[in-house]
Amino acid sequence: MTESTWQLLLDSLWPLIHGAITGTIPLALASFAIGLVLALGLALMRLSRRRWLSSIAQVYISIVRGTPLLVQLFVIFYGLPSLGVVIDPWPSAIIAFSINVGGYAAEVIRAAILSVPKGQWEAAYMIGMSHRRALTRIILPQAARVSVPPLSNTFISLVKDTSLASLILVTELFREAQQVAAFSQQFMALYLEAALLYWLICLVLSSGQGVLEKRLDRYVAH
Amino acid sequence: MSPTDRNPDQSAPALLTVRGLQKSFGDNQVLKSIDLTVARGKVLALIGPSGSGKTTVLRCLNGLEIADGGTIEIIGADDATHAPVTIDFAAAHGSRSGVPKKTLGTLRDRSAMVFQHYNLFPHKTVLENVMEGPVVVQRRPRAEVEAEALALLERVGLGEKRDSYPFELSGGQQQRVGIVRALALRPTLLLFDEPTSALDPELVGDVLRLIKELAAEGWTMVIVTHELEFAREVASEVAFVDGGTIVEHGDPKEMLRNPQHERTRQFLHRLLFPF
Ligand SMILES: Nc1ncnc2c1ncn2[C@@H]1O[C@H](COP(=O)(O)OP(=O)(O)O)[C@@H](O)[C@H]1O
Ligand SMILES: [Mg+2]
Repeated sequence: MTESTWQLLLDSLWPLIHGAITGTIPLALASFAIGLVLALGLALMRLSRRRWLSSIAQVYISIVRGTPLLVQLFVIFYGLPSLGVVIDPWPSAIIAFSINVGGYAAEVIRAAILSVPKGQWEAAYMIGMSHRRALTRIILPQAARVSVPPLSNTFISLVKDTSLASLILVTELFREAQQVAAFSQQFMALYLEAALLYWLICLVLSSGQGVLEKRLDRYVAH
Repeated sequence: MSPTDRNPDQSAPALLTVRGLQKSFGDNQVLKSIDLTVARGKVLALIGPSGSGKTTVLRCLNGLEIADGGTIEIIGADDATHAPVTIDFAAAHGSRSGVPKKTLGTLRDRSAMVFQHYNLFPHKTVLENVMEGPVVVQRRPRAEVEAEALALLERVGLGEKRDSYPFELSGGQQQRVGIVRALALRPTLLLFDEPTSALDPELVGDVLRLIKELAAEGWTMVIVTHELEFAREVASEVAFVDGGTIVEHGDPKEMLRNPQHERTRQFLHRLLFPF
């Protein structure tokens, strides 16, 4: 590589990091937070004894998991305007990613709730708890421990998937890279630089997952 | 720490009266018709083969299972302030929504269960396990509950373990915490479902001794057990459950020595001579 390529990489580092800090990371965090709330609701609907509630959640999850994220994103950003619904790039991206995380995390949370032994519900009822209180104080804390590894994977996938938002004009890490690349015609260098930054973010997240697991592990035999 | 009435008088009405209790799971009629009465301060031992419906009886008494028919009547800790409640399950048609929530809540408040597999909350410490019900559900003052919980733990020799998590305890210790958790709810009726059958043999004694002490203190209890010697010593009455009915019941010493029914005889024989 020539000296000017190195210089370009160095000069573009800040715009790319800036794109990560103001685009990629907040986009992932907001979508994940909203998606988790959605997922918890969907998981509880799936587990509901009311057939119709469970069916609605099941159809939702099936559609979300059975269609490409990119298509979901385009339907919201490029499709809805033809129905008179125009949503800006940022909210469009957050909506699409939240809906997507909701679908995937719902199944994780449902499985985690089901993995808590039935005796835990019974002990909670025995001490006089209502269903809701048993869920929030006894079942979900135990389910949370079980869902940390799979939900971490969902989050890491989401961070990488936010690069798709560049296609609906959200300024984030990858769109910054594209713009510098187009301007300088140094595609290989810029896209590798972007890849490296995504990788670093995911490394940090993985180690965060380890810390979280350890913290939640304090009541489990090793 | 113990029931208000330490000296049950003979004329006292039954604390628990069960009449014609029925329960089916699908086509499987597990309880055909169960009748029981337990007077205040008495201990009823339920024995019977596996699958005969003993656990289901206890679960109905704790409101964990809604019976399809029959009635359960349970009086309160203190006759003056707690009216007896009666649940008529025939009227409820076996559905949870058919039983008034309040009545079911009262049944649950008045009985507390000790589980075969302890069912302690693994994400809570020993002390938190004991305090959860009184503080979170019964909304009693935390300081008062903590003092009482610590006294109870001290009493069963687990004061030092207050901040341990259940996985750090032996089975026998976990079951003693299970018993303390039940006591801390201040129930009128204690239910034990094979409290020692998941324990290593050398840990059984501590738990049985504790239950025996509670019986001597005047707690009213229904105990499902396979420990015949224990039943003989502790129970005021033994009932043999088979096929969803109570085949016979009576004085433990009398009945265990000289059962009237062939099925009881066979069951006791199998228990005494397993091979
Ligand atoms: N929730 C349930 N659903 C279906 N069948 C059940 C359920 N609980 C218990 N049973 C059945 O009821 C019968 C009695 O069970 P149980 O009361 O646990 O007997 P025991 O405690 O005397 O061994 C068994 O045949 C068991 O399979
Ligand atoms: Mg049983």
